[in-house]
Amino acid sequence: MAEPSTISPAPLLKDELDIVIPTIRNLDFLEMWRPFFQPYHLIIVQDGDPSKTIKVPEGFDYELYNRNDINRILGPKSSCISFKDSACRCFGYMVSKKKYIYTIDDDCFVAKDPSGKDINALEQHIKNLLCPSTPFFFNTLYDPYRAGADFVRGYPFSLREGVPTAVSHGLWLNIPDYDAPTQLVKPLERNTRYVDAIMTIPKGTLFPMCGMNLAFNRELIGPAMYFGLMGDGQPIGRYDDMWAGWCTKVICDHLGLGVKTGLPYIWHSKASNPFVNLKKEYKGIYWQEELIPFFQSVTLPKDCTSVQKCYIEISKQVKAKLGKVDDYFNKLADAMVTWIEAWDELNPSGAKSAELSNGASK
Amino acid sequence: MRTPPCLLSLTLDSAVHNLSNITDLSPLPDHILIELFLRTLRTGKLTERVLKLFIATGKDEVFSLIQALNIQVTVTPVLPTSKLMSLSIKDDEIDIVIGALRPDLTSFMNEWRTIFSRFHLIIVKDPDLKEELKIPEGFNLDVYKKPDIDRVVGTSTSTIFSGYSCRYFGYLVSRKKYIISVDDDCYPAKDNKGILVDAVAQHITNLTTPATPFFFNTLYDPFTEGADFVRGYPFSLRSGVQCALSCGLWLNLADYDAPTQALKPEERNSRYVDAVLTVPARTLMPISGINIAFNREVIGPALLPSLRLGGEGKFRWETMEDIWSGMCVKVVCDHLGLGVKTGMPYVWRNDRGDAISSLRKEWEGVKLMEEVVPFFQSVRLSREATTTEDCVAEVANVVKEQLGSKDPMFARAAKAMVDWVKLWKSVGSSTSSPGA
Repeated sequence: MAEPSTISPAPLLKDELDIVIPTIRNLDFLEMWRPFFQPYHLIIVQDGDPSKTIKVPEGFDYELYNRNDINRILGPKSSCISFKDSACRCFGYMVSKKKYIYTIDDDCFVAKDPSGKDINALEQHIKNLLCPSTPFFFNTLYDPYRAGADFVRGYPFSLREGVPTAVSHGLWLNIPDYDAPTQLVKPLERNTRYVDAIMTIPKGTLFPMCGMNLAFNRELIGPAMYFGLMGDGQPIGRYDDMWAGWCTKVICDHLGLGVKTGLPYIWHSKASNPFVNLKKEYKGIYWQEELIPFFQSVTLPKDCTSVQKCYIEISKQVKAKLGKVDDYFNKLADAMVTWIEAWDELNPSGAKSAELSNGASK
Repeated sequence: MRTPPCLLSLTLDSAVHNLSNITDLSPLPDHILIELFLRTLRTGKLTERVLKLFIATGKDEVFSLIQALNIQVTVTPVLPTSKLMSLSIKDDEIDIVIGALRPDLTSFMNEWRTIFSRFHLIIVKDPDLKEELKIPEGFNLDVYKKPDIDRVVGTSTSTIFSGYSCRYFGYLVSRKKYIISVDDDCYPAKDNKGILVDAVAQHITNLTTPATPFFFNTLYDPFTEGADFVRGYPFSLRSGVQCALSCGLWLNLADYDAPTQALKPEERNSRYVDAVLTVPARTLMPISGINIAFNREVIGPALLPSLRLGGEGKFRWETMEDIWSGMCVKVVCDHLGLGVKTGMPYVWRNDRGDAISSLRKEWEGVKLMEEVVPFFQSVRLSREATTTEDCVAEVANVVKEQLGSKDPMFARAAKAMVDWVKLWKSVGSSTSSPGA
């Protein structure tokens, strides 16, 4: 394969990052990403019918898991992994052995920046993850560590070291990530605004985390990235990443980790059917009115010093406070516990995901 | 979810925006021609050339309108274009307040003329400035100098308006609903497409569209064209809250502190970030006074001159007054459920002064923030504080109790805040405007 001049000769974190892709049809989109993805290991989580063969383009180093594999590896605990929903991707996070994860949807392509240059989304995510976040005080010039920017007047020096970044949330040009009602009202709206900024989401502030273009430090926050019970047999869909995002943000706030949003952009090419989406999201749209106040008021006790402990604590509170909204949340709370058990089984505690260590990860 | 405009309306808007490319209006049907004329007027795009275009159609209705409205060709038709002003905010609801720290405002006013000339301006001269102000003709303005300030607030009080704090006098005496305030070393900026940024229009848009402080929207301002709330954003939070403060940014010389600028003397901000976003509730940030706008009716008393550094000087690197005031404003807004936005508009901030010389002055301001930030992060106002004045008074109290003993500067600031509330009640909210 000829290497285009746009990629650097020594890709960053080649052996420390896995790309997790959920798919149900094919992986043709990888051709466009080849210059950026080929050096990395892929974990493909095949959803839907396991007897179907997913073709992976030549030259990629990958492992592929279908439903049978998930059942085999997790046994009864596989009940926590969704079926017939891209939420199954979190299985990929669990089996990965790498420090960082990048996850992308199979209808997301390489976007161009305003100068017309192809955007290497993965490279930007890596930069975001490797440099600190600033959740305690908002910098009006956004990311102060970026070339050409800095902390503004009034920003306390004691807060300028920042904290380790756990999550890098990228955005999308073309088809924006709208919910079904908005899609129905504005079917032709396209996101054409390239906002040249990365910023830390302040502590105490929740946000809707989209799983289409997302990277995170698996060692710092992996166990919180459970994408919930969605799809087949579940009353709700298209809230997998939202759920993971709210749990993740609460835990990051508690443990003093940072979450960034903004660049990089990818090009989202497929608008899913808004009527199908409406059916999936319907319950979620009502439930989120309860969920947001719930997450906004979650407090974690001081002795929750690891992600797993925080997560189990949240699951208890989900059962106690959301169980009465719908029985689904009782099941979800149980699944959250199962997830952590499965995670710990596959990732026996050593240096990874244990007590939060100090110092920015490199 | 807003009703989309009809096709005719969209076409007319498009025609108004493209007037410079139109050479002949005669093919238009009468009723559409009249509607186009009225829209042109409303958006301030009636130049001599455009007027001639309409006259050339020979339609009687156009002539009657021109006569009835007494439209005359002026020698200097400097009319600003502002499509964003169609949000039915009248020009006379806005005051532009400029604190003059330098005497010669000629180039400053001329650069801003196309944007400022339709509004009333309040220029407040730094009482410490000795030279006479030079202001070009053609503006609707009131100028306040030391004698005027003395007359309104008394000679002992007028010292609070020294230096950059002179602008607060303008906020005090204004009677308009919206105030836009820009430092006198800032000029209009150009956006990524090379188009001049109408900072006034953008600030007004920010202030007149809701803010969303309770949940972060990843596509930033959901009320701007081409954007919306993303999936996962609770519907009950989508109406937002009133925006009380709009904080703009700066190209070229960014608002860095002296140590930062001194370390990177060549660094200039060239990144135009095409976004406006709401600062989340309970999130604090350094609110710079260089380029701001606010709803005076709602939040006026909370922008106040109170913290004065011992070595405060005439460069922004040597002040913290705006940062302190901004902390108060944010705390008050959070308490009252009002929004604060940040981002566009950008202004172009000229190079001025030398960071290293400012550095040699005291580090006071920089050290101060170590106390100030944790303090404001912990302030909680009582339920009884339901007005801005009450909130400010409460903050002043907490400052006195918790910070007063650490440094006399804080004790003085607390007193200044209390005095300011009194001053605002007597001068700031009286119905008659103090004569100039």
